[in-house]
Amino acid sequence: MSLSTLTRPDVAAASGRGRVVVFWSAAVALPLIFLGVFFAWPVAVMIAKGFVVDGQLDLSGFADVFSRPRTWRIVGLTIAQATLGTVLSVLLGVPGAYVLYRHTFRGRTLVRAFVTVPFVLPTVVVGVAFRSLLVSGGPLGFLHLDGTFAAIVAALVFFNYAVVVRAVGGLWERLDSRAEQAARALGASPWTAFRTVTLPQLTPAIASAASLAFLFCATAFGTVLVLGGLQFGTIETEIWIQTTQFLDLRAAAVLSVVQLVVVAGTLIVAGRARSRREQALGLTLPSASVRPLRLRRPAGMPPGDGHALTLVATAVTALVVLLLALPLVNLVVRSLRTGDGWGLDHYTALGGWGTTGGSLSVTVWQATVNSLRVALDATMIALVVGGLVALVVSRRPRRAVGRRAVAGLDALFMLPLGVSAVTVGFGFLLSMHHPFGLPVDLRTSPLLVPIAQAVVAVPLVVRVVLPVLRAIDPRLREAAATLGATPGRVLRTVDLSIAGRSLGLAVGFAFAASLGEFGATSFLARPDRPTLPVVIFRLIGRPGPESYGMALAASVVLAVLTAGIVAACERLRAPGAGGEW
Amino acid sequence: MARIHSLLAVAGVLALAGCSAIGTDDAAPSASTGTVTLVTHDSFVLSDGILDAFEEESGLTVELVQPGDGGALVNQLVLTKDAPLGDLVFGIDNSFASRAVDEGVVAPTEAPDAFEGALVPVDYGDVCINVDHAWFTAQGVAEPVTLEDLTEPEYKDLLVVPNAVTSSPGLSFLLATVGAFGEDGWVDYWTALKANGLKVADGWSDAYFTDFSGGGGGGPRPIVLSYASSPPSTVPEGGTEPTTGALLDTCFRQTEYAGVLEGAANPDGAQQLLDFLLSDEVQDDIPVSMYMYPVSPTATLPEEWTAFAPLATDPFEVAPEDISQNREAWLALWSETVIG
Repeated sequence: MSLSTLTRPDVAAASGRGRVVVFWSAAVALPLIFLGVFFAWPVAVMIAKGFVVDGQLDLSGFADVFSRPRTWRIVGLTIAQATLGTVLSVLLGVPGAYVLYRHTFRGRTLVRAFVTVPFVLPTVVVGVAFRSLLVSGGPLGFLHLDGTFAAIVAALVFFNYAVVVRAVGGLWERLDSRAEQAARALGASPWTAFRTVTLPQLTPAIASAASLAFLFCATAFGTVLVLGGLQFGTIETEIWIQTTQFLDLRAAAVLSVVQLVVVAGTLIVAGRARSRREQALGLTLPSASVRPLRLRRPAGMPPGDGHALTLVATAVTALVVLLLALPLVNLVVRSLRTGDGWGLDHYTALGGWGTTGGSLSVTVWQATVNSLRVALDATMIALVVGGLVALVVSRRPRRAVGRRAVAGLDALFMLPLGVSAVTVGFGFLLSMHHPFGLPVDLRTSPLLVPIAQAVVAVPLVVRVVLPVLRAIDPRLREAAATLGATPGRVLRTVDLSIAGRSLGLAVGFAFAASLGEFGATSFLARPDRPTLPVVIFRLIGRPGPESYGMALAASVVLAVLTAGIVAACERLRAPGAGGEW
Repeated sequence: MARIHSLLAVAGVLALAGCSAIGTDDAAPSASTGTVTLVTHDSFVLSDGILDAFEEESGLTVELVQPGDGGALVNQLVLTKDAPLGDLVFGIDNSFASRAVDEGVVAPTEAPDAFEGALVPVDYGDVCINVDHAWFTAQGVAEPVTLEDLTEPEYKDLLVVPNAVTSSPGLSFLLATVGAFGEDGWVDYWTALKANGLKVADGWSDAYFTDFSGGGGGGPRPIVLSYASSPPSTVPEGGTEPTTGALLDTCFRQTEYAGVLEGAANPDGAQQLLDFLLSDEVQDDIPVSMYMYPVSPTATLPEEWTAFAPLATDPFEVAPEDISQNREAWLALWSETVIG
């Protein structure tokens, strides 16, 4: 063996290691800079505004705010409604994921897309749809739920059911069922096999989904105000009131800190639950473990084969889908109600500027195009940033410091979901005029809207892609490396190709979240280019029945649009003619 | 894998082809003298073509910034007064006017009718209790007339109002009761309303379209807080009279102001736009597009307004300084009394 053949691989390895270091550094740095500039900094500026008075740090706000009994009630209510909303979403969502992602049946794509619709509907519209169902004299008036805590929790579940179904379903559909079959063969009942084999494998995804749902519930704003009023105020509604109505930035800053503490606590608990259970899982092609849904026991199958479990899950899911449909159908019905009769008047009005109701700055169709464009940008940004974060966080460093750093990074990128949109939106206004001394005013720039939406969509991408990445058996990577693959090639052929399968799901999720985002956007959207939710909000708040009808019709458009896009993304990710694996 | 690549490629091509918001920014010259930026609330609209006409006449390009409702608007202007969001503000009402002036958000003006020498009134309207005539006729109950009537047992469980904290007409109604019963009496009045089955909805549209029986949503309550200008839109198709009416002894007058922002990049353009808002072209359009009354005495009102939307002759009033000083305290007290 000559000297040259000995050294060449070494040189290659050294330069390869250099490239690896550069890649991972960039993969960590890029998302951190993004989050720092477009989230942490505006929020810090806004909170600092409440604590710094005439250049002096003044923390007396804490004592002041905490001495109000209302504060404690609000913190308690926030935690109570978010916990209840999350628990119910998980209890209903897991059977939903089983039915919709572990089985095939006619119309499955449609049902999957349908359950995502509530997730993107503007909260003001959901408020209308729910309240007109529940109001006394309404179709469900006999339940006497109008203005109750139960109504709020129901609406929170309405929003977050899809979060659980999609996040859990994404992992479940490619879970290898052989371990469960082995348990069954050894005599475990279907329920025991599910409880002891499948459920532990799903726990990371469930914890992931639950933490998302909790953050969405804890920061719910419009839903709470419309359905419960201030009686059931949360930290989020209180921050909105203190900031936009009272301009009490001190109280708002204190509440923002409280919100951060609650959110961070949740993330730590969820992170623990995840990491304790996380393990390499046998992942397969979705088609390998997905079975047709049969409501009748197939001939020749013995009893005790788990058919009853499937039936229960199907019944629960059918009921949930029916309940989800009620407010949506109500919305469609109301959008068709004109003056004294019925008709498509409100839909035809969408193309114009309103007849007697005055004009919008754009037609609803233009707003729809704006929404799609913004959502496309936001999704691209979220995919790049979220993909990098998921990749970094999916590593398991050998040293404890490294593991803690990875866990910290994971939690950090969840924070945007848990911090008040008002704080972020007002923070943008304060920090984006000549940011870092640059002579640009980003506050009214069209760039800021997709960026603000991407900040919210990144955690969704991470949560969908991460469970799949983490479930990759490290031996697969080792095997590839042993066979001579460079680190870059390992990444491409192992990580990317497997994670890529959840990409369609992530794209759909991020796109939907961006389409429906109405928080920070409402403080930023330039009216010559408002998004659909912003237009709906403006229409609904304006006197005149034509505007109201148009708002409802526009909401139906938004719902159909979302369902269509989500269904298209589902199709894109469906395995093609085979040979992909 | 190929599929993922094609997915990304499709998205990339779409973005490059100008389907994205970033890709199509027309890069309007923002600081040039040719642009004037109007900062206003969510409800600002004018009929199609009116602003275009102004742009053509003046050679200015109008940009709109609408950062939220009336409260959010003023508070954002206060927070950004060192680097204003635009040149002209429209839509500050009398409940926020004092704060805007005290904080130095708007520049002084010579206009004779300006509030505190800074804010020029552009339009106004009355926030009043509305009743569903059809319901009262069908039930054979006499309609209420005054605020006091609403606490009577025959009107138990019939009234819905928007939340005073989260809705500006809601706040106006709170101010009407302060004007009617004084600093010492309004809390007792609300206690009596609550005891009489008052319902508080989150916003105006929620109250009017969901809870109110006469708003088209078929709700259960025949008395609602709305505007003096609401009845004309309840004239049924083929009918001649509205099915609802406003109680003119229960009103609070809301005035909306405009003013040139302190530190505006284009104060001349702002002044031109302000003059345009006061011209009859815009003033005639205000009732149609924003459901408010024009301040100009020479503006023409729509026919159905002169017939069915008269203003209160003697609305309740509270001095803007008093509102500015007490708004937070009143709202806190109101929340405590009504929401609990």
